[in-house]
Amino acid sequence: MSTDFDAIVVGAGPAGSCAAIVLARAGKRVALIERGPFAGSKNMYGGVVYPRILDELIPNWWEEAPIQRWVTRRSTMLLTDTQALTIDFRSQNWGAPPYNGATAYRPDFDAWLADHAVAAGAVLVTSTTVTGLIRHTNGAVTGVHTDRPDGDLTAPIVIACDGVNSFLAKEAGLYPDVDADNYTLGVKETISLPKETIDERFAVTDREGVDIEILGGTNGVNGGGFVYTQLDTVAVGVVLKLSKLAAQKTRPEQILAKLKAHPAIAPLIKGGEIKEYSAHVIPEAGYEMMPKLTADGLMVAGDAAAMCLAAGIWLEGVNFAMASGMYAGEAAVEAIESGNCNASGLAGYRKRLENTFVLQDHKKLRHAPHLVLSDRVQHLYPQMVANLVERMFTVDNPKPKPGIRRILKQERKRAGVKLSDLARDGWTGFRSFG
Amino acid sequence: MSQQQISFEERMAHSEFRVHERAHIVVDGKVCAECSTTECVTACPANLFVPTAAGGIVFNYEQCFECGTCYLVCNKEGAISWSYPEGGHGIVFQRT
Repeated sequence: MSTDFDAIVVGAGPAGSCAAIVLARAGKRVALIERGPFAGSKNMYGGVVYPRILDELIPNWWEEAPIQRWVTRRSTMLLTDTQALTIDFRSQNWGAPPYNGATAYRPDFDAWLADHAVAAGAVLVTSTTVTGLIRHTNGAVTGVHTDRPDGDLTAPIVIACDGVNSFLAKEAGLYPDVDADNYTLGVKETISLPKETIDERFAVTDREGVDIEILGGTNGVNGGGFVYTQLDTVAVGVVLKLSKLAAQKTRPEQILAKLKAHPAIAPLIKGGEIKEYSAHVIPEAGYEMMPKLTADGLMVAGDAAAMCLAAGIWLEGVNFAMASGMYAGEAAVEAIESGNCNASGLAGYRKRLENTFVLQDHKKLRHAPHLVLSDRVQHLYPQMVANLVERMFTVDNPKPKPGIRRILKQERKRAGVKLSDLARDGWTGFRSFG
Repeated sequence: MSQQQISFEERMAHSEFRVHERAHIVVDGKVCAECSTTECVTACPANLFVPTAAGGIVFNYEQCFECGTCYLVCNKEGAISWSYPEGGHGIVFQRT
C-alpha cells in the first residue's frame, strides 16, 4: 500500500524534532506536524536544558544553539516563611565547551532543533492540529487526521510527541487511567532586567548563568519553585501538585506572587518588568505514570510518554525528550527497513530506552518524585532543618552553645517528625539517589 | 507600580493569543451546577473559570495556555470537554 510518508511525527518539540532528524537522515520520508504557528510556540518549561545527548545528532551544538546563558551556578534553596537555607555550587568548567546545562527560551530552542529536521529533509507542517489517529480494521495505526481540509496523512508509523496531554496516546489506549495526582502545574513569570543588573545580583559575568531550585515557598501546596537567569530576563516560577492546588483556595499566580515577595527572592527581581506570564502542565510522576510506549504502528516519546524527570535534585525533561525521540526515530528506521511496523517490529524503541539513561534513570528514581512531593519532605523537614540551622548559628550568650545532636532531637520533636518516618524516607532517598 | 502587585489583566496582557472563533473548551453547565468544589476556579492559571451567583460556572477560552489543568483537576465526569485549538491558533509563547 502506498502511503504519504514513511513516518509521521506529531509535535515539533524536542522529542519530535529529534525523531524527525534521525528518520530524515536515514533517507525516510517524514512529516513533522506542529499545531503552533512555529515549532516551540506552545512550549515552556521550568528552566534548564542539558543538551549532552545532542553530541550524537548535532556535533558542537553549543556553537549554534540559541542559548541564553550557561549555568555555572546551581543553588538548591530551602525556604520557610522567614528562613532560607541555600547550598550553592559554582563551576567554571560548566561555562566552557563542552558545557553542561543552559538556559534558553523554548520557542528559540525548539525552533532551532526543528530547523535541523528540515535541513535533514523532514517536511515540517506548522499551524496544523492532529485531531485523531487513522487505524486499520486490525487496529494498527496507519496515519493521522488533521484539521486541514482533506488533511488526512498516512504512514506505516506514527510517533506521538504531542506533549503532556497526549490525546494520541490516550486515544490509542496507552494510558490506562489519568490521575491528577501524577501531574503538576508550572507557572512562570519572565521578568526584564538589564543584563548588568542580573550579572551583579547573581554574581556572574558574560554568558554565565544561575539556576536556583527551591523547596518550600509554595504557600503550603506541595511543589517547589525556581529562579533562573537569561541574558536580560529572570524567570521565577512555582510548580504545584495539581491535586493539592485544587484542594485549597489560593490561585497559582497568588502563590507565585508570595514567592516573589519572599525576602530571599524579592531583591533578585526588584524593579523588573513582567515580560511574559506562562503556564504548562508537567508529567511529574515519571516512571510510575508512564504509558505503554508502543502499539502497532505507534510510538510515544517525550512528555507524551511522561519522560520528564522530576527527582528533586535532578529536574530534567528536554534531554529525556530529545533522547526518547532520537531512539524512537532509530527504531522507526529499523522497522521500516524490516517491513514490520507492528509493536513487535518497534520493540527496538523500548530496548534502546532501557539500555540508556532514559529508562535507567527513570527506573532507579521511580520513587523519588513521590518522596519529593510527600507531605513530610514538603512541610515538616524544611522547617525542622531551617530551625536546626538557625539555632546552630544563633549566639545565645550567656548560655553556652548547645550540642547539635541535642538541637536536632528537640527540633525533630517540635516539628512532629517521627524517627521511623525519618528513617524510612532516608532509606527511600538513599536507594533512589545513592 | 511594582510588578509584584500587577492586576490579572496586566499579567495576561503580555502573552500572545491568536484566538479562533471556535471554543476549544466546552463546559456542561448542568454538571457544574452540582459541583461544590470548583477545582477549576482555583487551579486554572489563566483564571478562565468564574463562578456565578446562581451557582454555575462561566468560562472563556480565549486566553487559554492550553495546559490541561482544568480537565485534570475536574472531579465531575463530562463537565469539561477540552481539545487543542485549530492549528496556528491559541497561545504563542515569545521568541527572543
